[in-house]
Amino acid sequence: MASLIRSPFGQPILMRKAYGDALVELGHARKDVVVLSADVSSSDFSSMFEERFPDRFFNVGIAEPALVDAAVGLANGGFVPIANTFAFLFATRALEMVRTHLCYGKSNVKLAGAYAGLSDSFDGPTHHSITDLAIFRSLPGITIVVPADPLAVAKLLPQVAAWQGPVFFRLCRNEVPQIFTDDYQPEIGKGITLVDGDDATIIACGVLVAQSLQAAEKLRREGIQARVVELHTIKPFDGDLVTRCAQETGAIVTAEEHSIIGGLGGAVAECLASAHPAPLERVGLADTFAECGPYADLLEKYGMSVEAIADAVRRVLKRKASILVY
Amino acid sequence: MNKCIAGSSGILYPYGTRHNPEMIRDLSLRAQEYRAQVLRMVYERKSGHIGGAFSIAEILTALYFHHLRLDAENPNWEDRDRLVFSKGHACAMLYTVLAHRGYFPVEELSTFRALNTRLQGHPEPAKTPGVEVAAGPLGHGVAIGAGMALAARLSGSRRNIYVVLGDGELNSGVIWEGLMLGAKFGLDNLKVIVDYNGVQQTGSTRDVMPTEPIADKWVAFNWHVIEIHGHNMAEILDALDRADEIHGRPVVIIARTSKGKGVSFMEDASQWHGGIPSKEQFEIALTELQDGAKQWQA
Repeated sequence: MASLIRSPFGQPILMRKAYGDALVELGHARKDVVVLSADVSSSDFSSMFEERFPDRFFNVGIAEPALVDAAVGLANGGFVPIANTFAFLFATRALEMVRTHLCYGKSNVKLAGAYAGLSDSFDGPTHHSITDLAIFRSLPGITIVVPADPLAVAKLLPQVAAWQGPVFFRLCRNEVPQIFTDDYQPEIGKGITLVDGDDATIIACGVLVAQSLQAAEKLRREGIQARVVELHTIKPFDGDLVTRCAQETGAIVTAEEHSIIGGLGGAVAECLASAHPAPLERVGLADTFAECGPYADLLEKYGMSVEAIADAVRRVLKRKASILVY
Repeated sequence: MNKCIAGSSGILYPYGTRHNPEMIRDLSLRAQEYRAQVLRMVYERKSGHIGGAFSIAEILTALYFHHLRLDAENPNWEDRDRLVFSKGHACAMLYTVLAHRGYFPVEELSTFRALNTRLQGHPEPAKTPGVEVAAGPLGHGVAIGAGMALAARLSGSRRNIYVVLGDGELNSGVIWEGLMLGAKFGLDNLKVIVDYNGVQQTGSTRDVMPTEPIADKWVAFNWHVIEIHGHNMAEILDALDRADEIHGRPVVIIARTSKGKGVSFMEDASQWHGGIPSKEQFEIALTELQDGAKQWQA
């Protein structure tokens, strides 16, 4: 099982470069894939697809509602459109299009949400995307996938394209460490146990998977055996795995680059409340906008560092102990 | 083909059929019959939108019984022409036309807006054969149609994409995003028809949000513009043919219509956007529609 994780982590790679590479590969593999952009292709690296497949790339201008609607039209014609813009714009400005046509209308459109979380760090809160998971998770019929490293992008993007129905694929802007080995075989809808442990479970997605692995390592040196589970698919939600973790470890920490309201932490809280109540600590933004600044500094200041995750595990273990004493 | 209620033939006039007076008479009569059907559906359910359904009767009849290349037996035929019904609230007329065109039984129209119906309050493509996209929230049609037109072009298909808009939905910003998209890509397989009835939910479009000079706006957005009388079947059929002759640019047909067309007290009155007739109003309206049909009866 440990073979899924590189030790040490590999050199950081720009996730958007990994996305551009994966998109070009997908374009070679599938002639029915078309790519649309709301004029940010040089940011999200969908420009790599444009260079290779200009006939299958459409820049609709700075018009996110039309971006999604035009993709709906292309899907109606049998193509698999991958629409590209910043994650927050899909979740806010184009939300009605996503709800009405992708979810209610069952249009087979894929949304690649760039610059998610705080990763567009210097542009500030207008460009951060900290509520997209909560917004999209409430929509019937959508699938939400959050890759954690460059290899995960490469392995999940073809699955996103092959998935029947709308998908939101949430992407980081920045350099992220290579955490997975080639043995990593993600499958949409199924969580993966990355590290075993029985004291508590850290359930993470996206960029915070790396931090969670580091936090577990740090805790191990303190004698705490923290399990680490990656939920790269926020919806459909792998409730069986989360319930099993609650039953087996009795304490849960969630870690996501998102508000603690309604995203991964919210999904896990709902699951625990229904299936197997257990102490839960949620790592993420505490219902606030962040600010501009270096990415790592923002993650630290707003409570999403390795130490913040380790602290959350320590807190949840105290709560678990008090329940046992009770 | 389903037999119609007041003597129209129910026959299909395939694409390319010469527009003769008998065809124009027959299609005009059919549109009037469909108004009566819509009136019954909304009256019986006590819910629905009559005004904008009546204004689009001739246009939808011309499209579905002549101009569109479709196969009701095979609604998902991939090379079918597409019709995006953007003014989704007027779907009672769309359902009526689709039923008479053979997409589902005419008897099913009585389930409009009922629990468990396939004929939802606003169109839902997964439920209703012949419906291409969801609609209801206004403004989506042009951008979706542009995507469909790009798909047709990429596939090397000669199919055309038709989008039916209301004039009230021209208030919506995404409409104009769609206009720019259609012009940028020179989508001459995209044809938009604006049911310009001049009235929206709370008043005249002139008062709520002035859209004139509407033809000039579309011209300025690099579309080819055709203006017609939208209840004149001969003009509609001619405009659809002319739209097929335009190359290099998308086409809009601005059809001047009346909301509530065919019933004197409903015409051009915003309260009949979503108003439900009383029993007395229903009977008067039905009589007026039947009287109006007489001019088209053989």
